Amino acid sequence: MDLFEYQGKQYFAKYNIPVSAGGVAHTVDEALVEAEKALYPVVVKAQVQVGGRGKAGGIKLANNAEEVRLHAGNILGMDIKGHLVKRVWIEHASDIAEEYYASFTLDRAAKQHLLMLSAQGGVEIEVVAERDPSAIVKLHINPIEGLSLATARQAAVDAKIPVQALDGVADMLVKLYECFTKGDCDLAEINPLILKPTGEVHALDAKVSLDVNASFRHPEWEEYAATEELDAREQLAREKGLQYIGLDGTVGIIANGAGLAMSTLDVVNQVGGSAANFLDIGGGANAELMTAALEVINSDAKVKSILINIFGGITRGEEVAKGIVEAVKRVSLRAPIVIRLDGTNAEEGRKILADAGIPDSQLTSRPTMLEAARAAVALAK
Amino acid sequence: MAIFVDQNTKVIVQGLTGGQGRFHGLRNRAYGTQVVGGVTPGKAGQDVEGIPVFDSVEDAVKATGATASFIAVPPKAAPAAILEAARAGIGFVVCITEGVPAQDEARVFATLQRDYPVTRLLGPNCPGIISPGKCNIGITAGEIAQLPSATGPNVGIVSRSGTLTYQALYELKQQGIGVSTCVGIGGDPVPGTSFVDCLAEFQADPETHAIIMIGEIGGSAEEEAAEFITKHVTKPMSAYIAGVTAPAGKKMGHAGAIVSGGKGTAQGKMDALRMAGVKVGLNPTEAGSLMAEIVHSLR
Repeated sequence: MDLFEYQGKQYFAKYNIPVSAGGVAHTVDEALVEAEKALYPVVVKAQVQVGGRGKAGGIKLANNAEEVRLHAGNILGMDIKGHLVKRVWIEHASDIAEEYYASFTLDRAAKQHLLMLSAQGGVEIEVVAERDPSAIVKLHINPIEGLSLATARQAAVDAKIPVQALDGVADMLVKLYECFTKGDCDLAEINPLILKPTGEVHALDAKVSLDVNASFRHPEWEEYAATEELDAREQLAREKGLQYIGLDGTVGIIANGAGLAMSTLDVVNQVGGSAANFLDIGGGANAELMTAALEVINSDAKVKSILINIFGGITRGEEVAKGIVEAVKRVSLRAPIVIRLDGTNAEEGRKILADAGIPDSQLTSRPTMLEAARAAVALAK
Repeated sequence: MAIFVDQNTKVIVQGLTGGQGRFHGLRNRAYGTQVVGGVTPGKAGQDVEGIPVFDSVEDAVKATGATASFIAVPPKAAPAAILEAARAGIGFVVCITEGVPAQDEARVFATLQRDYPVTRLLGPNCPGIISPGKCNIGITAGEIAQLPSATGPNVGIVSRSGTLTYQALYELKQQGIGVSTCVGIGGDPVPGTSFVDCLAEFQADPETHAIIMIGEIGGSAEEEAAEFITKHVTKPMSAYIAGVTAPAGKKMGHAGAIVSGGKGTAQGKMDALRMAGVKVGLNPTEAGSLMAEIVHSLR
């Protein structure tokens, strides 16, 4: 789960990482109140989860109320690369002497934590990596040993952080590492990490991605889930407890298992179609789940046909078939279904589907994934 | 022969008295697996359809001589359960639990590496392992696995995805091809056992003559496998990578399946495997057909 900048900064603050005083605003009036609190000059920053906000005009300096009114008015409602700006973050403007970069992630190949640190901050780290890879220090950290202040300081020395910022950066790294590990982040990134003319080190931005698997020990994350940006279909799917991702095509997809669902998308694409969604119904595939899945797909006006791809492992074919028949009766579908049912007791399952009395115009069955995909794509054209 | 588990493997189920543990533990026993005990703290002395339950893994190992453990407990309890099994000297641990936090997985992996190097962890979030006709630990439906033939050729399967593991088993069964062992390594960010671990075992196993590998988008495990194959695998291979059409930045179900920053794409993985001499299918059926061609050429 990706956090907005303002949420990331609030999260950082819990781990004593220095961030600017500020507040979030949904309206121009709220922005004015927050600006008064933060003290002028302030920065008005669009809260969207996409890079390049500054270039798009989503970050502006304001010296007084009039300028806040102007900039907040322009930025709220702005479209930045397809992301609608619903809120702005207002914070006291910082004087910047230098800009650095710091992040912690999990390096899956090494199975260890990875610190990336650079004295060249303020630009995308990918750009730095391309321009001057030696400007980025990469340090692996054993998860059960952790990061000591001495190691953090050495990393800062290696990254050629100037001497007056070394202690501040090292201290910041230890705090950011604690936020990353105890805070169950997939990513904790500060870019830019700034040195102020007064000598303090400070997080000017915050990019935090949380590991939702750890939600059980972070009840405070509920507020973040509430602001997550989902489209209407994704919202409905979440309420029904389904793994759903909205896409732009015309073939609605239901499969059991994430791998099989991904594979179904691939096959639909290979035979010249395009998937309207990714939907993993999980192992059960019973009537309730199938009904919920069909309801979600049915809410998508772009869907012209529905491809159900089920491989019966422990769930037997006849149980899956009964679930589908029941679900088709419950939901009044706008698009025809093509089913591929395979695996344990698939024969019995197909017989149930054939004998259910559902007209061919509404439901047909194909023996393989490829044939089913062809049929569904043909119906969608 | 088979890899990791065979007819001599004695299994205990951690969480046998829970819903998942009981269901799959009993299924595994019905398949012929030696399920010799279960562990649920506070329930020692009870039994689940004749399988004795113990308070700790240590007690279970002492009483039964178990060599493997099947962990079916909730995500909160899984890290401690894995380490308990390792501490009791279990050599092979299968953890099917879905939803273990990545930070916990990283710590557990590092702890095993440092303190219990002889323990191999499969998972978390994996379907398990089956050596057809010998041993089935996890949630795979044993019926869909073709028995290995005495004369060969037999195929080893290694897969990151659950249902695609079944799909691979099924494709081989349709073709009448025997399976030596099928390992589902799971799709989480820090799997205990990697493609490379399985490929090394399959390469060394005389009963395995060819290998089929099922990967998916995200991470770099397939690229690492390709590098290993180039250097160390002489047995013929086919492969399939799921997620060619997955959009960047969207997590596809598994904690691991995501294309980010242009990395972890299916195309990159397919290219790497082709470079390593692996025949890559564009869908599971094609990977199965490619394997059938390989097997016919070996016969």
